[in-house]
Amino acid sequence: MSKFRVVHYLNQFFGQVGGEDKADIPPFVKEGPLGPGMALQGVLGDQAEIVATVVAGDTWFNENIADAQTQVLELIAQHKPDLVLAGPAFNAGRYGMACGGVAEVVHNELGIPVITGMYPENPGAEMYRRHAYIIETGNSAAAMRKAAPAMGQLALKVLQGQELGSPQQEGYIPQGLRKNIFTQQRGSQRAVDMLVAKLQGQEFETEYPMPSFDRVDPNPAVKDVSKAKIALVTSGGIVPRGNPDHIESSSASKYGKYDIQGIEDLTEESHGTAHGGYDPVYANENADRVLPVDVLRDAEKEGKIGSLHRYFYTTVGNGTAVASAKKYATEISAELIADGVDAVILTST
Amino acid sequence: MVKEIERAGLPVVHMCTIVPISKTVGANRIVPTVAIPYPLGNPELSQEKEKDLRRQLVDRALTALGTEVDSQTVFDR
Repeated sequence: MSKFRVVHYLNQFFGQVGGEDKADIPPFVKEGPLGPGMALQGVLGDQAEIVATVVAGDTWFNENIADAQTQVLELIAQHKPDLVLAGPAFNAGRYGMACGGVAEVVHNELGIPVITGMYPENPGAEMYRRHAYIIETGNSAAAMRKAAPAMGQLALKVLQGQELGSPQQEGYIPQGLRKNIFTQQRGSQRAVDMLVAKLQGQEFETEYPMPSFDRVDPNPAVKDVSKAKIALVTSGGIVPRGNPDHIESSSASKYGKYDIQGIEDLTEESHGTAHGGYDPVYANENADRVLPVDVLRDAEKEGKIGSLHRYFYTTVGNGTAVASAKKYATEISAELIADGVDAVILTST
Repeated sequence: MVKEIERAGLPVVHMCTIVPISKTVGANRIVPTVAIPYPLGNPELSQEKEKDLRRQLVDRALTALGTEVDSQTVFDR
């Protein structure tokens, strides 16, 4: 019996090309497994073979997603796989978007299954969970030891056409799909049991978790921008040179508030970035490329805006927990409002 | 963070490169930017042209702040 054919997608880091400085590389193919693909191949054993690995830069993929999907799809399709593995991406946002983007196009165009792995907060998870089985992983590559076997085992099950259990049982992020099953008790009985448990403060498990529609309505527009006090906030990690408050390059535990009174322009000497999730060269040369102080000062002088707020706020968006980001922004907003700020420009990388 | 700032009552515009992420996290006013490592720049241009580009994008952001929207809106022109 011939082995199942698998193609594996990796980013530039796991594909052993380089770090952020190589995040812009276009895709290439290598025969056989590479990097974490070795571990995956170990789990697949002699039932399936990773015949090729496609590697591409995370920045390259995300700066032009549609084109990237087309190019990567072609490279994958050439190897006629039965299944595609991607990542795992853990909590790396661009990598998750790339793995998800690959899953979407492989699912739609080739109709074959895709298995990947992500931390649930990865933006790629919510966006692409319908197109792949996304094994739920920890938030960093330290979780590879569990992620690889979980991905490999699910891949084998899927290839062999075995019936899968629930997402919870198989370890993947629910896809939001409803499956009809027969049970012993009829629905009215189950509903009443659930209600009684709820009323008694006991544990119960919903059969249909409500999606969390946490959307906020847009605020009214600024009436007169030329009179408005505008504040800058960034997740791009721009800090004064030397990062005096030691904001972490990933999973930031804090944000910074810095005075730009009298500063017309950010320079190589004055400011840089603390963010570890993108190539820092350009921001370190000229932090205005992430936090546009220079042009806002011009706008201020020309009367295009009322004023640029004296303080800017910064944190590092790289792998930072959603709950943390929420907390920082709540505190920051309270200060901005107390300081009479009218509107905010938030820049991200 | 964008959503929390909006929730606090401040109009906010998100300048970012990966627009699908901005939409997923719920930004209402979005201005697409140049590239991940230099959203408001372009090292291939002269300093002057780069600053012009930056100014153009920020002007667009200011326009976004002054524009009524009733749902997520990308300001890319």
